[in-house]
Amino acid sequence: MTLVRAAIAIALKDLRIEARNRTALLTAVTFAVLVQLVFLFAREPGAVRLGVLAPSVLWITLALSGLVVLNRGFLLEREHAALEAILLAPVPRSALFWGKWLANTALVAGVLAIAFPVWILFFNVVPQPALLGVLGLAVLAAVGFTAAGTLFAAMTARTRYAELLLPVLLLPFLIPPLFAGAQASVRLLAGRPFGELAGWLRILAAYDVVFLMLAALLFPTVVDE
Amino acid sequence: MTLSADAATRAIRRGRAITLVALLLLAGLYVLALQFTPAERFQGLAQKIFYVHPPAAYAMQLAFFLTGVASILYLLMRDARFDAFAEASAEVGMVLGGIVVLTGPIWGKPVWGTWWTWDARLTFTVIELLVFAGYFALRGAIRDPGERAKFAAVAGIMGMLLVPFNHLTVYLFATTHPTPVVVQTDRPQLPAAMLRTFLSGFAVFTVCYVGFVMQRYGIGVRRMLEEARDA
Repeated sequence: MTLVRAAIAIALKDLRIEARNRTALLTAVTFAVLVQLVFLFAREPGAVRLGVLAPSVLWITLALSGLVVLNRGFLLEREHAALEAILLAPVPRSALFWGKWLANTALVAGVLAIAFPVWILFFNVVPQPALLGVLGLAVLAAVGFTAAGTLFAAMTARTRYAELLLPVLLLPFLIPPLFAGAQASVRLLAGRPFGELAGWLRILAAYDVVFLMLAALLFPTVVDE
Repeated sequence: MTLSADAATRAIRRGRAITLVALLLLAGLYVLALQFTPAERFQGLAQKIFYVHPPAAYAMQLAFFLTGVASILYLLMRDARFDAFAEASAEVGMVLGGIVVLTGPIWGKPVWGTWWTWDARLTFTVIELLVFAGYFALRGAIRDPGERAKFAAVAGIMGMLLVPFNHLTVYLFATTHPTPVVVQTDRPQLPAAMLRTFLSGFAVFTVCYVGFVMQRYGIGVRRMLEEARDA
């Protein structure tokens, strides 16, 4: 159980830092709201109805603010060689992955907690029970892409172009969950029967399982000296 | 480190010879496709792309798959030769991918009526190319050869995992792409002359791949040796 305990300790450390200065959360939330505004202003109100645009905007917001959150996780450790200090701890290397992944997922969920209601407000989404399902889809997608993102961020943070490289590496891996999530949420909001969602849910679940396992497996190679 | 300048020179020389053969075979394939294979009744001449486009797509998949395999081997054995091979194969894959996305629209315009469509297989081919563009961006951003090889291997393995997703989508999503029509038993078969040319295409592109990769591998090894000398 040392793995789980070590992972939770690392995640709590990250979240505590975040709770003290709130830089990442504040930045990511502001960014998420701005992304939504960009879509609103880049739209010709007479030609594109808000309702048509709404699901796409939600998923793009999730992806882009997810990138902002993920970038932060390992850049934090670069100062004062903090990563080396963590690696000295007598815990499995994969604990660092699970800890970082947990913290990143929690932060993305935190961003969603604010960006989601804002999205409902801005895009005149009719409050309905199906929205809980959409939120669930967003979390399901976030679980998988933060796994790939945590792995990539650990690599890009050690290069000179971290902020530039992470989106380039990660965005292609966001496409399957984004695609499945957007398709499923459009059907959910239109009140389609569950059978039409099942295929997309399976893809999301498969993606989560595959990339969580793979990222956890590859991560120790990335941080080892 | 088991890199040697002699081996690099040998790989380049052999690769050059194989490439020469491959290019002659490619010219032969064009002659075979245009002169000795009947024209398709509905698609006419546009269908001739059929003898280049799918073979190039197959060779691209092969290239990216082998990059993934070499990446796994690198992480297991930490032999720089696997890194050099992974890089070479990925770069050849990019070129083959370029052929795929160039020949596709040329066929798509007369047959589908549009240059481009966001069809599943097309989309994921583009995604794959972007994944490996990221792979090269990552390589370019790291100075330390050991760290570069390690990180590139991780990215290569992740990229390879997107390939099965690619194939899956063709069957899962509505697609305008032809599903396999060549190897099937329950429906009318492809005429023998067309099948012969089609399969020749696959063979020719495999030889092209081998020739290109061997040369690029040799160049990669030389660069690594230069890098080690300058360091």
